[in-house]
Amino acid sequence: MPVLRRKLDPGTVHIDTDSAPRLIHFGEDFWEEDLPVGTRVIYPKPPIQGLPNPRGAIRHAINHPLGCDPLHAQLEPGMKITIALDDISLPLPPMVTPDTRQTALEVVLELLSDHGVDNIHIIIANSLHRKMTEPEMRRMVGTEIHDAFYPDRYYCHDAEDPDGMTSLGQTRHKEEVRINRRAVESDLVIYININLVPMDGGHKSVTVGLCDYESLTYHHEPQTILDSDGYMDPAKSELNHKCVRMGGLVDEHMNVFHIETVLNNRMYADQLGFFNKNEDDFTELDRLKLQATKWSTSKLPRSLKRSFFHNIPSPFELIGCYAGKTEPVHEKTLERCFDQYAVKVKGQCDILIVGVPYISPYNVNSILNPLLVQVMGPGYFFNLYRGKPLVRKGGVLILCHPCYDEFDPQFHPSYIEFFHRLLPETNDAFTLREKYEEEFANNPSYIQMYRSGNAYHGAHPFFMWYWGENGRRHVSKIIAAGAENQHVPELLGFDRAPTLAEAIADARSHMGRSAEITMLHLPPILIPDVE
Amino acid sequence: MAGAAFYDLDGTLVSTNLVHVFWFYAKNDQGILKSLARSAATIAGLPLFMAADAYSRKVFNDIFFKWYKGQSEDRLRYLAEDLYQEVIRPAVYPGAKQLLSKSRSMGLRQVVVTGALDITVQPLLRDLGIEEYVANKLEFVDNRATGRLKPPIMASATKASWIRTYSEKEGLSLNECYAYADSMSDLPMLSVVGHPTATNPDHRLRTTAQRHDWPIVSLQ
Repeated sequence: MPVLRRKLDPGTVHIDTDSAPRLIHFGEDFWEEDLPVGTRVIYPKPPIQGLPNPRGAIRHAINHPLGCDPLHAQLEPGMKITIALDDISLPLPPMVTPDTRQTALEVVLELLSDHGVDNIHIIIANSLHRKMTEPEMRRMVGTEIHDAFYPDRYYCHDAEDPDGMTSLGQTRHKEEVRINRRAVESDLVIYININLVPMDGGHKSVTVGLCDYESLTYHHEPQTILDSDGYMDPAKSELNHKCVRMGGLVDEHMNVFHIETVLNNRMYADQLGFFNKNEDDFTELDRLKLQATKWSTSKLPRSLKRSFFHNIPSPFELIGCYAGKTEPVHEKTLERCFDQYAVKVKGQCDILIVGVPYISPYNVNSILNPLLVQVMGPGYFFNLYRGKPLVRKGGVLILCHPCYDEFDPQFHPSYIEFFHRLLPETNDAFTLREKYEEEFANNPSYIQMYRSGNAYHGAHPFFMWYWGENGRRHVSKIIAAGAENQHVPELLGFDRAPTLAEAIADARSHMGRSAEITMLHLPPILIPDVE
Repeated sequence: MAGAAFYDLDGTLVSTNLVHVFWFYAKNDQGILKSLARSAATIAGLPLFMAADAYSRKVFNDIFFKWYKGQSEDRLRYLAEDLYQEVIRPAVYPGAKQLLSKSRSMGLRQVVVTGALDITVQPLLRDLGIEEYVANKLEFVDNRATGRLKPPIMASATKASWIRTYSEKEGLSLNECYAYADSMSDLPMLSVVGHPTATNPDHRLRTTAQRHDWPIVSLQ
């Protein structure tokens, strides 16, 4: 008996006449949409079971490191040690407490204390991201560690501190590596990372997390982005190659002990667990929860909906922990990462539909402003692939998001000027870089807001724009479905359609009636392994 | 074309204001009785100053500087250094020097545009390394303050027009210029430059800055 196409692969559903409507993220809301028959919907893998004893797994990793001596064998009383942590951009949304970084820190600090090491600074490797607020920092490491170290010995990296950065020299390609002085002058740096996607971690941790603007300009620029075939496949990413080259210099001058952790994709807690499921398999309880969530969020203004969703932490679980030298550790990490996130997909599509949720790495506890919608669409979602892009060259990308013209003046001040002053003039990444990047990067107000407030660096909106360069050049059209205004999509170079049905009709008129349509059912994140 | 950074002083780079300065002079007046009387008068005048300032900076200036009437120029100058050391220097905002140094490193000319008295701001500007400034000047006749200011009186729109004239004279592009101020009365000064920044803003300026999408910086 032939097997129905829709039953061939549990990770892929082909929409039929009797299929349930699909749930699509739409900013702080979500849509239930009947997709055209034949549409392929790709789902993430179910969460891999978390390790039963995360603390034990971390301890085992640091006692059995890859490529170097165990941590305890490297310790001596009186050593100067810096512990660097990934910032709040990972994981997304922030995880339930205790955060994996807290668990790892507790294990490491206990070991350091047993070996008479007390010259310890904990630095959040936020690079040019905003500095975290005190409550966020407290939540990340727990009250006990926070109270013992904050603010003198637990703080955020300041890439603009003239006395706080030092140069390690240049790579053979003349890329200058400038790193946080405290870390460079330490006898040992312990980097505790969280790997959510394959572009995280490895050499990127120190060379990006603890660097300054000048060092970033060697790889956070349009040509490097164009030379990268996706960001999620390190072997094909020029961005990664440059980080590896610069990381070589870091390894020459610094003793870095990496502790890399991999989380599963259990993003939604019980009350929103239906997001993890295939809509055809919804139980009555799932439908009830869905309707209840829809009803209650429909009664709330957007800002309250936003804070409601931002306040639901994700029950991510640790599924792997590796420690030791950068490269062997990261190799293992990537392997485990792909175990969870890679989904085999047969063939590219002509039209790709993606719902843009309320969150990105750059707006935790804040607004997903228009530039971030752009970075999520042609930036991250387009680049979520291994092998070939999921949408074929010249295809259409449909993004479901209201595209409201809202910015957070405290976190994203330079984004506002970038969006309203620069984009009306040009959206060419090279022109923007040439003409304006330095002005924004050196703007004393933005620097002050980055250093003493919680603002992203003045140059950050440029990086966000470059991020979308490959996606913009690859597709022939991007349609913002459900955009509530005309000017935001227009400034981003998108077309606008009031509904998803109209966006699909528009895309079909562009690509032909027989165009292959695919929807990525995310979040949680998945990485299509396109054959 | 080159640019400049224009700073308001009171409330922007330092936490003191005109009343703190006057209070210092009152406290240090000659003779205990005179000093007590002036100090008491300053305290009594506070509600009036606040109301006048809320109404208009010009009205505030008209009322406030009358209180200097009769002060000797020598004495005001003589006490200016002590005023700086005791009152103004500790009141410089922690982020002020950082902001100035970054701004200077961009090659911007550093210019202070303040409604404070020139006599009182000179030691501070010397320490901040700012050579170009415009401030209010008391009128003196026979070495005694008349209680009036010499025109142009630096407040609100006058600051903006001074910046415009200065930029034209010095060949600066206003589009490339930055301005930093804390109060709604400085809105004109912020409005004429290409890069306005509300700095430690009061409530009215904060909401205006938010409406105009201007950066809001805290130097405190």
